[in-house]
Amino acid sequence: MKKLINNPELVVEEMLEGIVKAHPNYVRQVSGFNVLVRANSPVKGKVALISGGGSGHEPSHGGFVGKGMLDGAIAGAVFTSPTPDQIFEALKAVNGGAGVLMVVKNYTGDVMNFEMAAEMAAMEGLDIEVESVVVNDDVAVENSTWTTGRRGIAGTVFVHKLAGAAAEKGMDLSEVKRVAEKTIANVRSMGMSLTPCTVPAAGKPSFTLEENEMEVGLGIHGEPGTHKDSIKTADEITTHLLDKILADLDYSDSEVAVLVNGLGGTPSMELYIINKKVNEILSQRGIKIYKTLVGNYMTSLEMAGASITLLKLDDELKDLLDAEADTPAFTQV
Amino acid sequence: MDNNNLVKTINSIAKVIKENRAYLTDLDQAIGDGDHGINLDRGFSAIVDKIEDLNDKDCGNILSTIAMILISKVGGASGPLYGTAFMRAGQIAKGKYSLNNEDGLAMFDAAISGIISRGKASRGDKTMLDTLIPAYEAYKAGVEDNLDKENLIQNILVAAKNGVDYTKTVAAKKGRANYLGDRSIGHQDPGATSSYLIIKTIIDNLAD
Repeated sequence: MKKLINNPELVVEEMLEGIVKAHPNYVRQVSGFNVLVRANSPVKGKVALISGGGSGHEPSHGGFVGKGMLDGAIAGAVFTSPTPDQIFEALKAVNGGAGVLMVVKNYTGDVMNFEMAAEMAAMEGLDIEVESVVVNDDVAVENSTWTTGRRGIAGTVFVHKLAGAAAEKGMDLSEVKRVAEKTIANVRSMGMSLTPCTVPAAGKPSFTLEENEMEVGLGIHGEPGTHKDSIKTADEITTHLLDKILADLDYSDSEVAVLVNGLGGTPSMELYIINKKVNEILSQRGIKIYKTLVGNYMTSLEMAGASITLLKLDDELKDLLDAEADTPAFTQV
Repeated sequence: MDNNNLVKTINSIAKVIKENRAYLTDLDQAIGDGDHGINLDRGFSAIVDKIEDLNDKDCGNILSTIAMILISKVGGASGPLYGTAFMRAGQIAKGKYSLNNEDGLAMFDAAISGIISRGKASRGDKTMLDTLIPAYEAYKAGVEDNLDKENLIQNILVAAKNGVDYTKTVAAKKGRANYLGDRSIGHQDPGATSSYLIIKTIIDNLAD
């Protein structure tokens, strides 16, 4: 393992300290916990949004704490869901009296830990109204009643943006939840990787790929995907990922937001090459692109690879997508 | 088993988890996200730091305390699952300073029910339940048949080990491994393995 770190056990703590030092006008840390909240948290009378997950997905989730997106982000150990006591502290720190929506990605551990945190809040008799939504945008894996369901991946960023905008507009908790669920219902993603990544505490790569291989449909924790394939061109890979997405949800005649997301180790050059092909394919299909995001939003440490996300828009979602946001990793005026 | 044995047993479990940290993590890298050993070791190491304070407490108190540490330190799926299991077992052992087989069975049963309700999993899903449920059944049958200690222990261990081996033969239906579908067949479940290690350590301590 070759990494620019001090101690594998302290990477999360040291990272959070660095984030707060870089963005003191946006975020502060809840004392004693790996939780970042808005510098001015709690925002009185506004529905608060929290999200989180394992660390290693930067700028998710701390980078999206700020006006128009999240109120709090909980950082678990690397690729490990945060614990209920951390989430509980976040609930308390962000609650401005209008309730809290927890945006959870569909992983067994995340779902259980957020659920336990909500139970803790109820048990402690805290007067916090807590709701949650579970993001499951990854089309790589077929859903079935026998499985845990689909993973939540980069599409989660759109949920933060749109539900965050809804909360900022003053919608109440049930409305913010409705917006989050509508976004989830309309967002689909799929990813691939060229290289594995190394969790610092594990010290070795999470999987292996030969020089001429790629992993298709993998998750954001380096957990293996649906299959290995021989390496293809960017155009072929983009076509494959988009085909899966377009086969899953009917996007015909619709307007979409596109997110070409880097997994941490892929240069912008390659992401833009993917985006060029996304545009070609969507225009051939008569799907109109309303807004495009290209960059590292939901990463997997240093993994080389990318995911593509499409969000099908209506007037309400467009309005929320266009709304002002001001966070360390996403700003829109 | 009395409360002092319980503390000693928990110390042994922590030691075994530390020794198997890399092994469990490797198993998890094959089909999950590769943190099972790391996470459990983080939790049990924190327990060892606090364990001295627990020596005079009743068994329920000891188990609830370690449950809270697991829940607040481990994260992932194994934190809430093992945490809930120890918490439920602790409720049965509340106020008790020594535990007999009747208590052991009730605690084991409560722990399994806790894991089922928290994880919404069932036997055959390639999880820790595939180790725990057969071990519980062997324990129950053995006690009902009045087996001597040696045979009882042997039966539980064999059932638990068979459970671990069973997880190699099926596709995962829970946790991150389920995304692999049939690609998970052939791989031993890390959760089933850590459950086996914990059961084996408890039994080794009882046998001493």
